[in-house]
Amino acid sequence: MIWFLLRRVGAAVVVLLALSAIVYALFYLTPGDPAVLACGRGCNAERLAQTQQKLGLDDPIYVQYWHFLEGLVVGRDYSAGPDVDHCAAPCLGYSFQTDQPVTAMLMERLPVSASLAFGAEAMALLLGVSAGLLSALRRGRPAERILTAVTLLGYSTPVFLIGLVLLLVFCAYLQWLPFPAYVSLTRNPGEWARNLVLPWLALALIQAAVYARITRAGALETLVEDHVRTFRAYGLRERQVIGRHALRGALAPLVTLTAVEVAQVMTAAVLTETMFGLPGVGKLTVESVNSVDLPVVVGVTVLAGTVVVLANTVADLLHAAADPRARPA
Amino acid sequence: MSAVLRVRDLRVSYGGFEAVKGVSFDLAPGRALGVVGESGSGKSTLAASLLRLTEGADVTGEITVAGTDVRTAPEPELRRLRGGRIAMVFQDPLSSLDPYLRVGDQIAEVYRVHTGASRKAARAKAVEVLDRVGVPDAERRARAHPHEFSGGMRQRALIAMALALEPRVLVADEPTTALDVTVQAQILALLTDLRAETGMALLLVSHDFGVIAGSADEVLVLHGGEAVEHGPVSEVLREPKASYTRELLAAVPRIDSPRPARPARRGEPLLRVTDLRRDFVSGPPLRRRTIPAVDGVTFDVRRGETLGVVGESGSGKSTLARLVVRLLEPTSGKIEFDGHDLSGMPERRLRRLRRDLQMVFQDPGSSLNPRRPVGESVADPLRVQGEPAPAKAARALLARVGLDPARYDDHPHEFSGGQRQRIGIARALALRPRLLVCDEPVTALDVSTQAAILTLLADLQDELDLTLIFVSHDLAVVRQVSDRVAVMRDGRIVELADTDTVFDSPAHAYTRSLLKAVPVLDPAAVRGP
Repeated sequence: MIWFLLRRVGAAVVVLLALSAIVYALFYLTPGDPAVLACGRGCNAERLAQTQQKLGLDDPIYVQYWHFLEGLVVGRDYSAGPDVDHCAAPCLGYSFQTDQPVTAMLMERLPVSASLAFGAEAMALLLGVSAGLLSALRRGRPAERILTAVTLLGYSTPVFLIGLVLLLVFCAYLQWLPFPAYVSLTRNPGEWARNLVLPWLALALIQAAVYARITRAGALETLVEDHVRTFRAYGLRERQVIGRHALRGALAPLVTLTAVEVAQVMTAAVLTETMFGLPGVGKLTVESVNSVDLPVVVGVTVLAGTVVVLANTVADLLHAAADPRARPA
Repeated sequence: MSAVLRVRDLRVSYGGFEAVKGVSFDLAPGRALGVVGESGSGKSTLAASLLRLTEGADVTGEITVAGTDVRTAPEPELRRLRGGRIAMVFQDPLSSLDPYLRVGDQIAEVYRVHTGASRKAARAKAVEVLDRVGVPDAERRARAHPHEFSGGMRQRALIAMALALEPRVLVADEPTTALDVTVQAQILALLTDLRAETGMALLLVSHDFGVIAGSADEVLVLHGGEAVEHGPVSEVLREPKASYTRELLAAVPRIDSPRPARPARRGEPLLRVTDLRRDFVSGPPLRRRTIPAVDGVTFDVRRGETLGVVGESGSGKSTLARLVVRLLEPTSGKIEFDGHDLSGMPERRLRRLRRDLQMVFQDPGSSLNPRRPVGESVADPLRVQGEPAPAKAARALLARVGLDPARYDDHPHEFSGGQRQRIGIARALALRPRLLVCDEPVTALDVSTQAAILTLLADLQDELDLTLIFVSHDLAVVRQVSDRVAVMRDGRIVELADTDTVFDSPAHAYTRSLLKAVPVLDPAAVRGP
């Protein structure tokens, strides 16, 4: 088990290094001088040279990348003469447009995005798994047809449309819920949930549709497996047969899928955050792309990559924990 | 003594199809009834209906287990019945246990559901019954997962699950079909012991007359859902009344009757294998182990002869078959085919020789592409080798193996198992090979189909002057087809001699134990009624 763990973590580190190198190269080799962008309005030759030096843009690209990695591990200083901006580890870069370290900008927005993503994911799993199980157990009956129609509708409706409809119905007409504004979980958990419930729902519906289809397929497959028949033949209640012997097999593919879907959720979160005006990482991404704040874009990309790689590593470990056959000897 | 299981005019139908057509029998405590039949005879449906496991089926007639009417029992009563009074052991021990849970916990769970015992008591019971069915070190093994058990051990665990509840009737549906002969003999002996010890009645379902002959008092022969014959085993074996029973018995390959003698083959061997070895590597880094699947094997095959290769699962016989046709690369050793050394020959040069080396696989259902018309599958090797008019040749081949060439465009699922194996043989013969390696070619087939395929192979061998390597776990089949036999164990050949020598005066102790484990159809050897 320990070898398995080490191998997985080792692989994750290699993937992240490769990812950061590619992202770095992509952004800094694209046409356009980052120094011009960073130097901003009223830029002159002297200030440009200063900015270049401060950002380390006068170094060759591999030296720049090395500094970037160094910044990640031990932090770095951006200095030109007396003007020093310290960026503590893990330093993902420095945004000269906002005059803040990228890491700080991300950390400030991360709780918002995490609240949105985890809440939506939990809701999606709850909705998806129950809908999937129900339609597997009610196969061929009207309940299954209705669920199939609803999940297909949920899957094929764009998140911004769902979001708009939800806002219109619940906030504008019925006025049951406030127009979402982020309230920190630690300050007021009740308000936190009340404000996030619509964004969760908007984001969860698409995911739930995917989970429902997978759960249904998995359940139909395991319900006819030999070992399920064994426990039926030994007088267990149908509820016990499904709960203890069919469910685990049916949900095993879901663990892997959830990890893959993390990337999907992050993409959808960009839209959701923008639509509901939540100050999360997704909204930051849109803003920094619009204002061509390159260090922030690089930072966001590396962060997103890390989350995806992490999610997949956790899924592998969970899979091994759930299925004794997947455990290395 | 009064019957513990009473079945009267049982009919089971799915949709409009009647799988069981009016079967009646009684089973007294401590007695064993064998139900024998080929695939599609309705024997598994019959077994399942005794526990009302036939979901979606229309069941009529009477099934009474220890005084309870199975057909009309309300749900709670049925649950108490299942396992508690009538328990079932299934064919495939590999998939009949929950792969996610510990073996002991699964037995304990079933025990708790029926008895309401405490967790601790249930766990102790699980260890006790595992020990009773001969799982060594039961205390520790109860905590293992099913995949850590061998096939035979898993079947013991399933029998233990049944045993824990002390049912009055045990229904065993092909309990040993997936197991090696020596393991099969142990499981059958265990069932007989438990019957004597606990007074439990046994309904043993099998396609194998030999299994029934050795373990049942009475036999019921099913054919097309009907009981064509029912009587004491010794009587049915000695004087079968129904013509179907006679045909079935005649088709069973007999380990005790040699194949008609063929002139001995002499001269230069076509294939000469010297010190062949194939290792597989497994395990985590630093603790990597090398497992020799084929461990220094030397033999030759003469032109026109059939070399039988027998062995139990894990003996390396399939690996050997794949090595000979170079589907696997040998780790070391030499394979000389007609003077060419195949080991280490680059694939480009090997390709021309490939037409002389063909293989027939065990499962014709999965070795044919399900999405391709069968005629195309037969024509494929001809296309690969650039032969002219492949479609025409493929039609001729289909006709040669006894199929209608007009079915060229049909897909594999439209054929029966025996027909699919005929297609597999046609494909292997397409390039007129000189050496044909058959890996368990009749294992998945019914005995009557088996006999037909073996006849076809023998005819083709004479007609095309084929040299055959025939790999099988079934000693009786090997005796029927082979000129010489190699017995494999743990990757080595422990005995290689003429067929009659191996079967009548085996030199190696392992060969003797294998032969002893094979169930025989000798009525004199059957215990009296």
